[in-house]
Amino acid sequence: MTSGPADAGEAMGSAARAPTGGMPPSRDRGAPTEKGTATPPPGTGQAAVGAPVITDVAGLQTVIDTLAGQGYTVIGPTRRGSAIVLAEIGGTQDLPQGCGDSQDAGTYRVTDRRDEAFFGFAATPQSWKAFLFPSRELLWSGAAAPGRLTVTPDPAPGKPMAFLGVRSCDLHAIYIQDRVLLGRAYTDPRYAARRADAFIIAVGCSDPSSTCFCVSMGTGPAPSAGFDLSLTELLRDGRHRFVARAGSERGAAVLACLTAPTAGPDDLSAAQAVTDTAAAHMGRHLDTRGIRDLLYASADHPRWDDAASRCLSCTNCTLVCPTCFCASLETVPDLTGEHLTRQRVWDSCFTSGHSHLSAGSVHGTTRSRYRQWLTHKLASWVDQFGTSGCVGCGRCITWCPAAIDITQEAAALRVPAPHDPAPGGEPA
Amino acid sequence: MRKLAVWKFASCDGCQLTLLNCEDDLLPLTDQVEIAYFPQATRAVAAGPYDLSLVDGSITTPADAERIRQVRAVSRRLVSIGACATAGGIQALRNFSDIGDFSSAVYARPEYIDTLATSTPVAAHVPVDFELNGCPIDKDQLLTVITAFLRDSKPDIPSHSVCVECKQRGTVCVMVADGIPCMGPVTHAGCGAICPSYGRGCYSCFGPQDTLNTRSLAGRFAFLGMPEPAVARTFRTFYAAAPPFATESSMHSGGGR
Repeated sequence: MTSGPADAGEAMGSAARAPTGGMPPSRDRGAPTEKGTATPPPGTGQAAVGAPVITDVAGLQTVIDTLAGQGYTVIGPTRRGSAIVLAEIGGTQDLPQGCGDSQDAGTYRVTDRRDEAFFGFAATPQSWKAFLFPSRELLWSGAAAPGRLTVTPDPAPGKPMAFLGVRSCDLHAIYIQDRVLLGRAYTDPRYAARRADAFIIAVGCSDPSSTCFCVSMGTGPAPSAGFDLSLTELLRDGRHRFVARAGSERGAAVLACLTAPTAGPDDLSAAQAVTDTAAAHMGRHLDTRGIRDLLYASADHPRWDDAASRCLSCTNCTLVCPTCFCASLETVPDLTGEHLTRQRVWDSCFTSGHSHLSAGSVHGTTRSRYRQWLTHKLASWVDQFGTSGCVGCGRCITWCPAAIDITQEAAALRVPAPHDPAPGGEPA
Repeated sequence: MRKLAVWKFASCDGCQLTLLNCEDDLLPLTDQVEIAYFPQATRAVAAGPYDLSLVDGSITTPADAERIRQVRAVSRRLVSIGACATAGGIQALRNFSDIGDFSSAVYARPEYIDTLATSTPVAAHVPVDFELNGCPIDKDQLLTVITAFLRDSKPDIPSHSVCVECKQRGTVCVMVADGIPCMGPVTHAGCGAICPSYGRGCYSCFGPQDTLNTRSLAGRFAFLGMPEPAVARTFRTFYAAAPPFATESSMHSGGGR
């Protein structure tokens, strides 16, 4: 049986540590935004702590070294085989320098940028979810004797993690997972501990891919808040530099180790130009006007059958989505039955087991499963959590082996069905 | 102590070997069950009936069609293990051709060959309590099935796609990132997504997953440049006769009937 985290039962506590530092998420269940779509910016008020500074590659290495010296495992982008993935890094030499990417529906290729950029690519195959909400996690192990079960909780995760290169879309995704996993009656103590410890270094996006649409979702491309440090990479006049700003006191403390000069007006305008260029190069657009009501009114739209004819029900979209949080709980006994473990593993609304009840699966067809996913992501998520479930990162488009495009599917629902009086006329 | 029997039909015996390959778990297993009939492991035979029968292999001869009924009759629970027992195996390729043509091409005296026209799964002949997929089956999944049997509970064997396992282990999709045709999206999980982790497409050793769409995947194979006969062959390997794969392969040129 599968459940969302709120139902994840016995291992959850309500006294989890609140995230500190980087992102103080607003805990109130905000009312749905007017159009029911845009994600509110994480955090509130003034993001910057102190003036922006200008630094270089050696300065970035100092940041990494400083964090490692403080006990953080530093995780950032690195080239591995055919992709730029997120993994532990030791320094700037591990970053995918000169690598870009070319993404489209169902296609991803690493490209050669012919420059020195460390962060000249768009969304990585997997998001930071893989670290904050890992795919498989031991919750407890136990010993069973006749009439008695002794439970040993798995110790909370050890080393704190520092994330280098978090894009604005993914910052918003973390904020959304905070709402799901921390902002409700029951919190996930392991997520809370990792989240509280995580040091976030955001990077302003310079090269969105053809599957990006963060501008449509109001989630990027420039990080606005919710980070400890934020970098904008500048490659001008043969100089490789970064405009860096602190978003928290601990971020300011790390920046202070650099003794970097305050960024000048030219640097700041160059950084702004990076953001402006990125915003102007969104590969996709999602029309969010009235989208919540559109989805609700489209339950019987024939487009679902069309989507189902292409959908593989393979789960890839949900597992690469940085906000999807569904998990299943497994109890695994050994042969003797004397020892057992309880584990949480990623699950997906595209499996038949996800909605399995005594009479079978509630979502027994791919049409039903795809409709459930898109309707939750773009509509009922708003009612449930106060934000859209989509941040426009485009991963579900790129990593769909069948090249299904969420922006196209949503747009198709606006086209009235034959014999249908209005777009999404009568709710089913 | 409950009695375990292991039966062999038309197969390579690899799935039986999976049980012997349990190594460190094999001795604890013998504390829990009596291995009462397992010719691959021991000549000692304890009389039935048996509490749990593991059946390896497909039904390919009239004699086996009769023998599987006897196995069922002496078994409280019957679990078919492996691609042969659950779908007919590679030898079910005969189902797409004329067995008489094969016999006369291969044997000097084909009249000595007493075989059925098709290779069929155990479930086509007798009721089966659980089917464990794989070519070969996975050792840990086999232990999960036996453990569940010992507790009279349902084995927790996910029937979703191999893609779930790739994502859980952090493997980047070979179809999207490398353009390699991969059967993972239509294939039952269980192997731990081994092949994609080595940069190869999935060969579907574990057969169809339970929410699959072979039409769409075949279309993507064509988009990636796979010729039609190759599409047919890709769906016609370990689980050739599994109905969703048999239907798909027959829709491509060179796929035969």
